Amino acid sequence: MALAMHSLDFDYMLSLIPVLLGYLPLTLEMAAASMVCALVLACLLAVIRVTRVPGLNGLALLFISFFRGTPLLVQLFLFYYGLPQVLTFLVSINGVTAAILGLTLHFSAYMAESIRAAIVGIDRSQIEAAQSIGMTQAQLMRRIVLPQATRVATPTLMNYFIDMIKSTSLAFTLGVTELMGATQKEAAGSFLYFEAFLVVAVIYWIVVEGLSWIQKWLEKRLNRAYQR
Amino acid sequence: MIDIRGLRKRFGEHTVFDDIDLTLERGEIIVVVGPSGTGKSTLLRCINFLEQPDAGQIRISDLSLDATHATREQILALRRRTAFVFQNYALFANKTALENIAEGMIVVDGQPKAKAHARAREILERIGLADKAGAYPAALSGGQQQRIGIGRAMAANADVILFDEPTSSLDPQWVEEVLGLMKQLAAENQTMIVVTHEMQFARDVADRVIYMDGGTIVEQGPPSELFTHPQDERTRRFLSKVLAANAI
Repeated sequence: MALAMHSLDFDYMLSLIPVLLGYLPLTLEMAAASMVCALVLACLLAVIRVTRVPGLNGLALLFISFFRGTPLLVQLFLFYYGLPQVLTFLVSINGVTAAILGLTLHFSAYMAESIRAAIVGIDRSQIEAAQSIGMTQAQLMRRIVLPQATRVATPTLMNYFIDMIKSTSLAFTLGVTELMGATQKEAAGSFLYFEAFLVVAVIYWIVVEGLSWIQKWLEKRLNRAYQR
Repeated sequence: MIDIRGLRKRFGEHTVFDDIDLTLERGEIIVVVGPSGTGKSTLLRCINFLEQPDAGQIRISDLSLDATHATREQILALRRRTAFVFQNYALFANKTALENIAEGMIVVDGQPKAKAHARAREILERIGLADKAGAYPAALSGGQQQRIGIGRAMAANADVILFDEPTSSLDPQWVEEVLGLMKQLAAENQTMIVVTHEMQFARDVADRVIYMDGGTIVEQGPPSELFTHPQDERTRRFLSKVLAANAI
């Protein structure tokens, strides 16, 4: 029996590109929405952890521990398939909403810890200097601590954003036809699995490379104040 | 103008100082000297509540407060009547030289940005760093950073400036420019309390030198008296040691 190996169907691959690109906006929208929500939640969690708000601090720790300690896919299934059975008003939750919810909670747990580390890392004497000129806690947070913590945390947060874009592909398991879901359907119709998944891999790759480029530019900008 | 009574500070079981009294006239320049670890810096930091004192009264012009039940508002008011110069400069790393000086005027005093920046430029002129307005701290020498630190304190328009070993972190070549600026302020009758090991500065500039040891004020007086005729044995030993070291 001869070793069967068909050659790549380039025409099919080329024709697939515009089709799949049509689903890229949904992927990016899910990632962007999750990122914005996760950032807000992560900042909240970080401030609770740094200032040790009584009661809330324990809850924040539990939250972070759970969402870092369980797989994202399990969390997504829990929200989409599991939770509506308990909380019946969630029966109408759609896949996109469930995916955004899952990504938000999952990534906010990670991001909270890197934001917390960035805040704690700010030189204590600068905080004292701000106090010494009469700034309130809120003023010194807003003017001195958070701008510097942002700079420290940005590279890590960008990495989480990149990870988030790739993780939106899991939404196809909730029935969402985003980039990955669309590819799956196309491949199932044409049986050209290798071609289809190769094209989608390259699309993800290019998007992530573009972001890495923006990340480098952003870091350079943020570091301007610290050049000798 | 400044009246401190019965100030006490403890860290856990350890009492840093107890029952400290200190009075200053407007325009008076006090230099605090003494061995390391005797509570000089802690005393300074208690005056503006960077450390919370455990007991005592602090009065600065029209504001008086009791350390045991000072409110948040009183502490903020106290900090607006005092300014602080740090040993390690403690400039805001995310702000330029100009912004470091203007920050308090904008955020704390609520001045319009343009007015605060104009005033900050005047101060930069006075401290001889007009050309560094746009420079970030990381790009400045230690001496320049500390002059900005002093400029930030000047901008606070405080009743008193507290200097916590302002030249101790500096490379030797930058010490003179910082001491020079402090002398300039002294000549303008700026009220100040200076913790330092610079004995020559104390001799030249202080109205009164305080010798602190083991958490108490051992003795105090005009530098001409304290340096030449110290009354207490501890003062004598300390002075002979540091003056010998300074002479080398």
